[in-house]
Amino acid sequence: MMATYRTAPWFQGVLLGGFCLVASVALAYGTKLTAPAIEQAARDDLNASLEQVIPASLRTNDMASDTVTLDTGAGKTLAYRARSGGKVTAVAYRVVGKGYGGDIVIVMGVAASGEILGVRVIQHSETPGLGDKVDVRKTDWIKAFTGLSFANTPLSQWAVKKDGGRFDQFSGATITPRAVVKAIKDGLDLFAANRHALLDETDPPAAAIAPSPRSLS
Amino acid sequence: MTARALAVFKDGLWTNNVTLSQKLALCPLLALTSTATNGLGMGLATTACLVMTNVAISLVRGVITPQVRIPAFILVIAGIVTLVDMLINAYGHELYKVLGLFIPLIVTNCVILGRAEAFASRNGPSLSACDALGIGLGFTMSLTGIGAIREILGSGTLFANASLMLGAPLAFLETTIIPDYKGFLLMILPPGGFLVLGFALAAKRVFDSRASRRAASVAAPASACH
Repeated sequence: MMATYRTAPWFQGVLLGGFCLVASVALAYGTKLTAPAIEQAARDDLNASLEQVIPASLRTNDMASDTVTLDTGAGKTLAYRARSGGKVTAVAYRVVGKGYGGDIVIVMGVAASGEILGVRVIQHSETPGLGDKVDVRKTDWIKAFTGLSFANTPLSQWAVKKDGGRFDQFSGATITPRAVVKAIKDGLDLFAANRHALLDETDPPAAAIAPSPRSLS
Repeated sequence: MTARALAVFKDGLWTNNVTLSQKLALCPLLALTSTATNGLGMGLATTACLVMTNVAISLVRGVITPQVRIPAFILVIAGIVTLVDMLINAYGHELYKVLGLFIPLIVTNCVILGRAEAFASRNGPSLSACDALGIGLGFTMSLTGIGAIREILGSGTLFANASLMLGAPLAFLETTIIPDYKGFLLMILPPGGFLVLGFALAAKRVFDSRASRRAASVAAPASACH
């Protein structure tokens, strides 16, 4: 027969409290156990995405620890600098586009000259089979940006073909490529606006200061 | 015991199939079945969590009082799923990048709490594990099936990117059913999920009513002989 205390109100509180305690201890222990491995995995992810957009030949340093904070206007973002012989050869940073299914997180690598070295979509929730073609694992579409810069591609061309630009859209999905193109264009604007800080130039030669493309348009 | 376990398994797999009979867990069903691969991934992740929660709840069923059983179940389920989430993130990071999105959704899946309440709190651990396997695989089956139908009609492929999501050994699953298919957007978008689910529910009813009519017509002459 069931003990009488089991139906008493105080026992319900004690019981539930006991369950909370056990669950909290288990979760706290789990967090402590897994935190270093999760941190390491996140760092590996970051390095892997940086390696995809900046060729190994351009850097001799550990990019993940050579960072500079940029103000994008909508928030702050970290830029990672690749150096070779002490000079910054390229930078990589995240830009975010507003896609059909939410944010599209993009990492882009830009050479000191302002030329795009590589772009990868690292996180998105676009429609499978339609918008997810921006993912390099699905199609090569994103590789079309490699080698472009404001110097070799006029501002009017930074749009999908439907809008009069040079980039392909996908049949059934225009919003996603449009968002990616805009995010990358904004990323180049960001580079131009923060050129000194990014390239770690304390006393830049006047000729090296490119006019911000935004002020041209 | 084994006959009972088999009956429990079959009941979860087909007779009381979570989505097609009980019409529960329709949210992940509609959201994640745009491809067969997604359905399979979500189904298997849910099955694994369901087995663990069912066994855990069955083990503590003597301790929990009826008054606080629901919050206690939720604590156990949320705790276990969060632990699984952290462990996969730490030690199976590649898998986590794919399933990471689905795992927190499992906590809110009413099936888990439903099985805790309806089965695990009244049965032993091994029987509860059988129930979880049956229910979980039944859920996986309907998710994968509906995903496959939507994927074939919507994109003309089957198990596209299976190797990406479930590992390279499963690359053989990837097939193109209809080459040069232009795609049928409606099937990939949420309305396609509702459409296919509706047809799947109808198909199961037709199948079940035919099966019971056949069973009745087999049983009737046998009793008439005596």
